[in-house]
Amino acid sequence: MPEPQPYDPAIAGTGAGGAMDLAISEGSSLDGGPGGLPKDPSEKARSLWSDALRDLRRNPVFIISGLIILFLLIISLWPSLITSGNPLKADLSKAQQGSSPGHPFGYDPQGRDVYTRVVYGTRTSVTVGVCATLGVAIVGSFLGALAGFFGGWWDSILSRISDIFFGIPVVLGGLVFLSVVTGSTVWPVIGFMILLGWPQIARIARGSVITVKQNDFVQAARALGASNSRMMLRHVAPNAVAPVIVVATIALGTYISLEATLSYLGVGLKEPAVSWGIDISAASNYMRNAPHMVLYPAGALALTVLAFIMLGDAVRDALDPKLR
Amino acid sequence: MLLEVRDLHVEFHTRDGVAKAVNGVNYSVAEGETLAVLGESGSGKSVTAQAVMGILDMPPGKISSGEILFKDQDLLKLKGEERRKIRGQEMAMIFQDALSSLNPVLSVGEQIGELFTVHRGMSRKDAKAKAVELMDRVRIPAAKERVGQYPHQFSGGMRQRIMIAMALALEPSLIIADEPTTALDVTVQAQVMDLLAELQRELNMGLILITHDLGVVADVADKIAVMYAGRIVETSPVHEIYKAPAHPYTKGLLQSIPRLDQKGQELYAIKGLPPNLLRIPPGCAFNPRCPMAQDVCRTDVPPLAQVSETRQSACHFWKETLDAR
Ligand SMILES: Nc1ncnc2c1ncn2[C@@H]1O[C@H](COP(=O)(O)OP(=O)(O)OP(=O)(O)O)[C@@H](O)[C@H]1O
Ligand code: SF4
Ligand SMILES: [Mg+2]
Repeated sequence: MPEPQPYDPAIAGTGAGGAMDLAISEGSSLDGGPGGLPKDPSEKARSLWSDALRDLRRNPVFIISGLIILFLLIISLWPSLITSGNPLKADLSKAQQGSSPGHPFGYDPQGRDVYTRVVYGTRTSVTVGVCATLGVAIVGSFLGALAGFFGGWWDSILSRISDIFFGIPVVLGGLVFLSVVTGSTVWPVIGFMILLGWPQIARIARGSVITVKQNDFVQAARALGASNSRMMLRHVAPNAVAPVIVVATIALGTYISLEATLSYLGVGLKEPAVSWGIDISAASNYMRNAPHMVLYPAGALALTVLAFIMLGDAVRDALDPKLR
Repeated sequence: MLLEVRDLHVEFHTRDGVAKAVNGVNYSVAEGETLAVLGESGSGKSVTAQAVMGILDMPPGKISSGEILFKDQDLLKLKGEERRKIRGQEMAMIFQDALSSLNPVLSVGEQIGELFTVHRGMSRKDAKAKAVELMDRVRIPAAKERVGQYPHQFSGGMRQRIMIAMALALEPSLIIADEPTTALDVTVQAQVMDLLAELQRELNMGLILITHDLGVVADVADKIAVMYAGRIVETSPVHEIYKAPAHPYTKGLLQSIPRLDQKGQELYAIKGLPPNLLRIPPGCAFNPRCPMAQDVCRTDVPPLAQVSETRQSACHFWKETLDAR
């Protein structure tokens, strides 16, 4: 139930005295400029999203992580922009060799160019990260939003199912799932991540929808005859989506490192797919003699994961003050 | 009669038990008439309004019995979709806090215009023109420039005008205003109330005005319904009730208004607290706080007795109360 708003001296004290207050029309005394125009033209049409965007543009964390991610996206779409090599071309005579002209990162245990493999590995990581996140976000927010909006038995069932999924250890689950559903493409890995990842987003979406649903404006929309779908899509979803975006952005980095972990363990991607996890795994036996073979893909992985986590942080900072 | 609520009962099933929020409400509003609903916090004013609008949260809420006749049709017998069509078009509601009642991510123009696109199938462009027209009508200065702005860019009074514009957009025949001015600055309250009353007269709508402000009631209302513990304890034309209340609770309420001629004296307050809705006392719910309570009050629920042709009181001793002055 709405409580009466607390007495606000900033508003009440606008005029010099009671008589003045009554004489000044409300439009001009409370809204600043004459005729009730906004005080500051730049204030026009400011909303949560434009506020957030402005915050983001000023945030160095966002700029740095954004630039890194932009770079990663570009080279995963067009790796040949920065390398002319072939990630699969092996020259055993050069195996484990260090840096040489034209091959700045040296060679891997099979004599393949580490630099080219790191560049092509970006595509795998970004594909897995983006697709898994999109899948998780779509499935999770759809189911979570329905549970939050309608409540009742649908909510109970969904909560129990997500409890079950939460109980599954990720790596163990991956080992089992991916030894059954195999393939050399990224899709079984992405599928596994969506299967295990959606409850996380569903919980966030459910909570967020429940919070937004309690807002008076949802009841007001209902009082004006809005249908369920309209209330959900126009009034609830746009106000509930921010936490989902934040969590999904941060999760993206996690999915990338999970793919590397699963590939490292031999159940994720498999040769001839190019993946940092595979390369780290293959090179880890030679860590003492030829550490470069581990360090470059591991460094690329760390940088990528970090960039997405930083992006998620920046997005959260931009959206959070209004979420509370 | 435009709206007639008959013996409405609403309960909330909570973890602690069944809260009987509305226990037999009867009231009616005719076209062009203003009914003021008074009562302490928690007396069920809003819940009754929500039941009439059909926006009660069910569960936990449940309408256990009663009839809500709107234009001679029992709303409680309608299907969800038929009921929805009535909302907005035939009846609309204005809420207490206009800031939280407006969607923060949509411009006010979109929110007003939405009514016309949804219910009237207008194009977005026409709907926007309608929105400007309505904002003009509720006297928002520079409506044309401000139609694209967001709720937080308006002052409290302006936002409440926007809510009024939305409620009146489709020219419904009934408006329920749930404490429409409580959240506003005192200087603005009168302006908003005047606007609402004026538009009501113009459109000849029925208005249910839920309020704590007895001063406002005297100015705009035709009839008063006083609620206590989910029941109407007294209904009366507005002037008669001020002259001579027929229920001890109403009398207490009226005595607790500050009056100029009593300056310096201590303000009267009804002693005690409103009852716990999980355990409403037997007999008259007001008996633990009533200065006139007798034994019969602790055992028998007083029926809503006809005091005169236009007045009713739910008190065993309404005659004595009337005479006591
Ligand atoms: N959704 C709900 N769930 C449980 N109980 C509720 C719910 N909505 C209202 N109630 C209960 O119903 C009772 C009546 O509430 P209502 O909001 O109608 O009071 P009111 O007369 O409007 O008071 P106020 O002047 O404070 O607005 C309250 O005790 C409240 O706790
Ligand atoms: S019925 Fe009895 S307790 Fe109730 S209001 Fe009348 S006198 Fe008071
Ligand atoms: Mg209320």
